[in-house]
Amino acid sequence: MASFFTTRLFFISLALVVIASTLPLYVSGYVLGLLTVAFYFGVFAMAWDLLFGFAGEVNFGPTFLIGVGAYTAGILNAQFGWSVYLCIVLGALASVVAGLVLALPALRVRGPYFGLTTLVAVLMLQNFIVVFADLTGGEIGLTIPDVISIDAGVNYWIALGFMTISAAILYGLSQSPVGLVLQASGQDPVQAGALGFNIVKHKLAAFIVSAFFSGLSGALLVFYFGTASVGTVVDVAVGVNVIVSAVLGGRRTVLGAALGAIFLIVAGEFLRPTGELATFIVSAVALLVVLFFPGGFLGAALSREARS
Amino acid sequence: MRRTQNLPPARLSGQSEMRAFQILIDGFAISALYALGATGFTLIFGVSGVLNLSHGAIMVAAAVAAWAAASIFNVGTYAGALIGVAVALLAAFATYFAVVKPIQDSRRIPNEEKEIFVLTGTLLWGIMIQELIAYFFTNNAKTVLPIVEGVVDVLGVRTPKNEIFTAIVCCLVIALLWLLVNRTRTGKAVLAASMNPRGVTLLGLELTNIYIVVWAIYGILAGIAGVLLGMFLGVSSYSVGPLTASAFSIVVLGGLGSVSGSLIAAFVVGYLETLTAYLVSPAYRTIPALLLLVFVMYIRPQGLLGRR
Repeated sequence: MASFFTTRLFFISLALVVIASTLPLYVSGYVLGLLTVAFYFGVFAMAWDLLFGFAGEVNFGPTFLIGVGAYTAGILNAQFGWSVYLCIVLGALASVVAGLVLALPALRVRGPYFGLTTLVAVLMLQNFIVVFADLTGGEIGLTIPDVISIDAGVNYWIALGFMTISAAILYGLSQSPVGLVLQASGQDPVQAGALGFNIVKHKLAAFIVSAFFSGLSGALLVFYFGTASVGTVVDVAVGVNVIVSAVLGGRRTVLGAALGAIFLIVAGEFLRPTGELATFIVSAVALLVVLFFPGGFLGAALSREARS
Repeated sequence: MRRTQNLPPARLSGQSEMRAFQILIDGFAISALYALGATGFTLIFGVSGVLNLSHGAIMVAAAVAAWAAASIFNVGTYAGALIGVAVALLAAFATYFAVVKPIQDSRRIPNEEKEIFVLTGTLLWGIMIQELIAYFFTNNAKTVLPIVEGVVDVLGVRTPKNEIFTAIVCCLVIALLWLLVNRTRTGKAVLAASMNPRGVTLLGLELTNIYIVVWAIYGILAGIAGVLLGMFLGVSSYSVGPLTASAFSIVVLGGLGSVSGSLIAAFVVGYLETLTAYLVSPAYRTIPALLLLVFVMYIRPQGLLGRR
């Protein structure tokens, strides 16, 4: 772990964060707003990568964890008027519970079967939100009275700081012995178990950590948007974006997932003039990366460095 | 809304009797359509282990092509339907040659990760098809002109002829598929490949040729299902996700790779949805099927007739 602080990756990341933190001094609020959302998305993607890249769990429903966190925080604030920070913490905790619920089938079924369970979890959540419209705002969405801050710069710094801390924790975890055990149990659970590691405990831990960061990020995002809706935090399409981000940036790299998310959101914005074709172009680029650079951005960069 | 089962049997009015017939007839048509859509999907998984997440997009492409041919270019309903099926066939081949085969042949993707790459790749491909459809033909719902029009009286229920036509075509196509797989040389090779791919290659059969046959069968099945769906319920580019999800869940419920399992599952899901829509509320239509799916995954993770 200590050797990480001397690697080129660490210095590049540090430089990027320092440069990013000075952005509010000279770019417009519009750019900051865009990046704020991108940073929260980056955390979604990193949390997903911990579960997929390391624990080997194909989670098609990242938005189940995100949505539970986001909606819990939103409902507590909008319906009961609890304070923003309490709501955010409770949202993250609710998401941890959701992560445990999701972990139960993961311990029984594998591969595509687990993938489908997670997809079903998202659809159930979506149905729940629509059916209990009085509580959740239904299809229209829930308007949240409080926000963290109305200043674009402050929001940006919170998002950047949050992403940096999350990245440090998640990356550190992935490089630690725990991360190695997770990776082993993802690739061959029987053999990892035979080596004496407690697979169940490690997998549960991965789900809890992934859920915690997803939920926390979802709750923060809700207080940034000032609204929680199915289209922004629950819909399967949002989950697809999270997965695409992680694969695009390079799975099993954690940091790459954040890069992929930022790329995806910024690229979507740059392509806005192309109108309805924007999603098509982003998907096509992502498909090309998947086909020709299966390691993703960071994976390709790291393997080049390793070769030289 | 009144529930049929709340009434004592002796006082069953003619109305509730008619509703029972209506549920039987509507449920059958929908189930048959689901079965047709899911059969091709499960066949591809059984033979080549590919879960094609662009399934919904291919079905919608077929329906929209049939709609465009008949409504914009006035080629007639039969020719329109044929064009729809042809488009689905082309789309299926494109999916195989542009997305699935490159991933399967790639040396840079480790074998144990090919599954998730195929899932991501076909998902992106499906989004691309969906966006192209939305770009050229808008997001509006389209109903393909039915081949047969009019209404008939079946057991006292006024039923559109189109609905009966849909059910008959679905059953005929499935019967033809059964004959093809069990009674022809090509079909037997396909069946053998689903049981033991290596054994088939040892017998001197080219596996790639078998895959091409399977994708052709899949394209035709998805095309027919898409066109019929377009005539029966109408489609829009928004139907892509739900269609893929329903095929996926039917196939998992029945047992991945088991064609007879997915036929049973299609009828279970079709009738469950119709019953819920008629007896409870159309808003809860998909919920019982989702609950059943979760329940089956806990008790019998390999699905109803799964082999694993």
